[in-house]
Amino acid sequence: MKLSNCIKVLMGATFMLGCAQMAEAKTKLTVYTAIEPEELHGFKQAFEKENSDIDLQWVRDSTGIITAKLLAEKDNTKADIVWGVAATSLLMLKDINMLEAYSPKGVDSLNKKFLDKDATPSWVGQRAWVASLCYNIYEAKKHNLPQPTSWADLLDPVYKGHLVMPNPASSGTGFLDVSSWMQIMGEDKAWEFMDGLHENIGVYTHSGSKPCKMAAKGEFPIGISFAYKGAQLKSKGAPIEVIAPKEGLGWDVEAFGIIKSSENKEAAKRFADWSVTKEANVIYNKGYAVVALDGVAQPVKNYPEEAMGLMIDNDFLWAAANRTRILKEWETRYGTKSEAK
Amino acid sequence: MNTATTTTYHNHRSTFRQRLSHLGKEDIIMLIALIGISLSMLVAIIFPLFGMFSKSFQNNSGDWVGLGNFIEYFSSPGLVGSISNSIWVSLLTTVITGLAAFVYAYALTRSCMPGKKIFRALSSIPILAPSLLPAISLVYLLGNQGLIREILMGESVYGPIGIVIGMCFYIFPHILMIMITALSTSDARLYEAAEVLGAGPVRIFFTVTLPGARYGLISAAFVAFTLAITDFGIPKVIGGNFNVLATDIYKQVVGQQNFSIGAVVGMILLIPALVSFAVDRHVRKKQTAQMSARSEPYRPKPHKLRDGLLFAFCTMVALFLLTIIGTAAFSSLVKFWPYEMSLTLQHYDFNANDPNGWAPFFNSLTLSAVTAVVGTLMIFFGAYFVEKTKQFALIRSLVQVMAMVPMAVPGMVLGLAYVFFFNAPGNPLNGIYGTMVILGLSTIAHFYTVSHLTLTTALKQIDGEFEAVSASLKAPFYKTVARVHFPICLPAISDVAIYLFVNSMTTVSAVVFLYAPDTKLASISVLNMDDVGDQAPAAAMAMMIVMTSIAVKTLHVFITKGINARTSAWKNASR
Repeated sequence: MKLSNCIKVLMGATFMLGCAQMAEAKTKLTVYTAIEPEELHGFKQAFEKENSDIDLQWVRDSTGIITAKLLAEKDNTKADIVWGVAATSLLMLKDINMLEAYSPKGVDSLNKKFLDKDATPSWVGQRAWVASLCYNIYEAKKHNLPQPTSWADLLDPVYKGHLVMPNPASSGTGFLDVSSWMQIMGEDKAWEFMDGLHENIGVYTHSGSKPCKMAAKGEFPIGISFAYKGAQLKSKGAPIEVIAPKEGLGWDVEAFGIIKSSENKEAAKRFADWSVTKEANVIYNKGYAVVALDGVAQPVKNYPEEAMGLMIDNDFLWAAANRTRILKEWETRYGTKSEAK
Repeated sequence: MNTATTTTYHNHRSTFRQRLSHLGKEDIIMLIALIGISLSMLVAIIFPLFGMFSKSFQNNSGDWVGLGNFIEYFSSPGLVGSISNSIWVSLLTTVITGLAAFVYAYALTRSCMPGKKIFRALSSIPILAPSLLPAISLVYLLGNQGLIREILMGESVYGPIGIVIGMCFYIFPHILMIMITALSTSDARLYEAAEVLGAGPVRIFFTVTLPGARYGLISAAFVAFTLAITDFGIPKVIGGNFNVLATDIYKQVVGQQNFSIGAVVGMILLIPALVSFAVDRHVRKKQTAQMSARSEPYRPKPHKLRDGLLFAFCTMVALFLLTIIGTAAFSSLVKFWPYEMSLTLQHYDFNANDPNGWAPFFNSLTLSAVTAVVGTLMIFFGAYFVEKTKQFALIRSLVQVMAMVPMAVPGMVLGLAYVFFFNAPGNPLNGIYGTMVILGLSTIAHFYTVSHLTLTTALKQIDGEFEAVSASLKAPFYKTVARVHFPICLPAISDVAIYLFVNSMTTVSAVVFLYAPDTKLASISVLNMDDVGDQAPAAAMAMMIVMTSIAVKTLHVFITKGINARTSAWKNASR
């Protein structure tokens, strides 16, 4: 019968495909990351060019989800290395003893501000990302929305329904906003500020870049997001201004740390070594103005110049220690208005 | 074999050991096959559900907490609010879709309007798309930068409005099919009698048409409600700040890794599905009793006004369906909505937007192809042994009951149940967790019932004489299966294969908890890209799914023609 032949051929093909995959026998390195998806392909290519025996497997989601996943999985995690995730999250992982201390080759040349303070660091910073507002000029004109210059400006009722911000429970950007407001204004004032802000928010999003993308498309005219995304979209021609509110900007370090229970530590260490090289730092600089290796950073097009000076003196230890408590309170106050994570 | 059969039939009280000794070689093979089938169904369906059931009484570390999780759930106002949100949104969807599908089905079965075939074909469009697609389209149509946002008069599409419209698109074809069946099983003699007795068309409609279709209508309403309350893709994309149960379960499990509360929401989601399942079973029994051998199928007569109105209505519905799919296609090609409306293919370069690039699409193709081939064979043999073995009534009815269970289990619940069962450290099948195998298994289990029913119906139509003849010719049963049952059932088998293929392409609900980085699927990629705000590439990937489904369906039509020409030649052959 013809059909049974077809089935045989199909099964044979599937079997051969399986064999072909086995024959390659690369080390699969599972990398948990929160870096913007469009950047990951570039990192993978650059790293695997010199390390063809390693296959990077990205597990990509927003910071809050990656953190929750790791905290829940603990020693059973499939992750070999956490890479490009907020330092505040890595501090929490270090606290519960999930990270393996390791000094990547060349770590000494990195700016000390970006490193775990231990002699052998448990986590190593890669670059910093900074809060910013994305402000759509067209739509603002259409709705008569003045250009905000400060966080406080956002409480103006004129912005009602026109703001969009990331949910801090799922988004690292969202959390650095909330933790920076608390450090700038003091905790009570910050909750008062967020109560007011909540009145003007159209939706809370899952990811930190989505508010800026929505602002760029005019879906919501003002997005609370981060500077890199704004600069990138503006360079692509989106009608937006990237605004650095004058009270100060929250920021966090994207960092990596090797997972203690990993069975691929050799490969993980090679990826860690590569991640502090000049080559890697040059790629980090494609979007982010502040990178861990001094002397590499070139100015990024359309990046707000004043942003560097406005970065607050961020207390990561405080932020990490209070993260769970703050998010719980946030969820109780505003949770019902959030987009599904 | 025959002697063995008769002996067992007559010796009801004989012990098991005695019975076994009466069994022939073939019976033992069949027994082993049946046991194998029931074991795999236990593993693929029953054990995981039990795992979720027990998880809802444990905390996240696995300690028994009794009703603790349920108490925690019902005392958090945010979560409980989702229950009422889910219920009223699903009810509204059920009413709107129910009315539209009824009129549409009425037009297809009870009128002489032109273009019935085209309307019928157009109505199946939503089946080819993941449920995320209508939601994405609605953002482009009715969002703050939407093409026709004015029709919302300032209301936001993010929330119940978007969810209900999206649901109507997604659910329409599913209940249309039930309505069509309900309306085509009517007896023309009743209408003749009513006319002779002097009833007008309105009276006939309310006294003959509606009562005749009532079971189908009830069944359709429950199916619509269940689909609406359990779908996750639409509220995820367009729900905005409006929480429903299906997004809660995702939020709890993926967002906060709170598996215990996730299990509680899963249990709650099972309720409407179980009720609807029970009603459906009940209704189906009544429905079949309605038609007798003497019934005459109803043949509509032309009626200008009625046909014209119905044609206008169907055109509107079809336009709605086409608009949704067309908007998705268009938005996937627009360079930068709404400021640069020139066309481009750049959003189809998935390497730029998804860390896995095109891989998810090919994963989906592999999964769909393997599920279609392996799943169909498995389900065929399951159906064969249930339908054609004469003994082992107990195991057979056990398999039959288990085959019905997936119908009542929402995809998200099944996926979550798989996490609990297969990821448990002590499970010997732990190894399939995170592989393509678990995705295939969950997909086959998820769509088992409909496939099983289709194949048992096909097998029922094969006369038992075949087995009797081949037994007397001493041909082993598997040869009869290969030479008789399989070829005769080929049309049904290919229908099931296509059904499994298309559903594997479009489904998100079960697999969203089960994929690993290298087994990510196209539908998950749509979800992820939408999550980070890359809506155009998300639309592009959704269109890839639609185009694949259309291609496969078209291929199927041609192949079916070929198969029918070959295998059904005997039906027309002169003797």
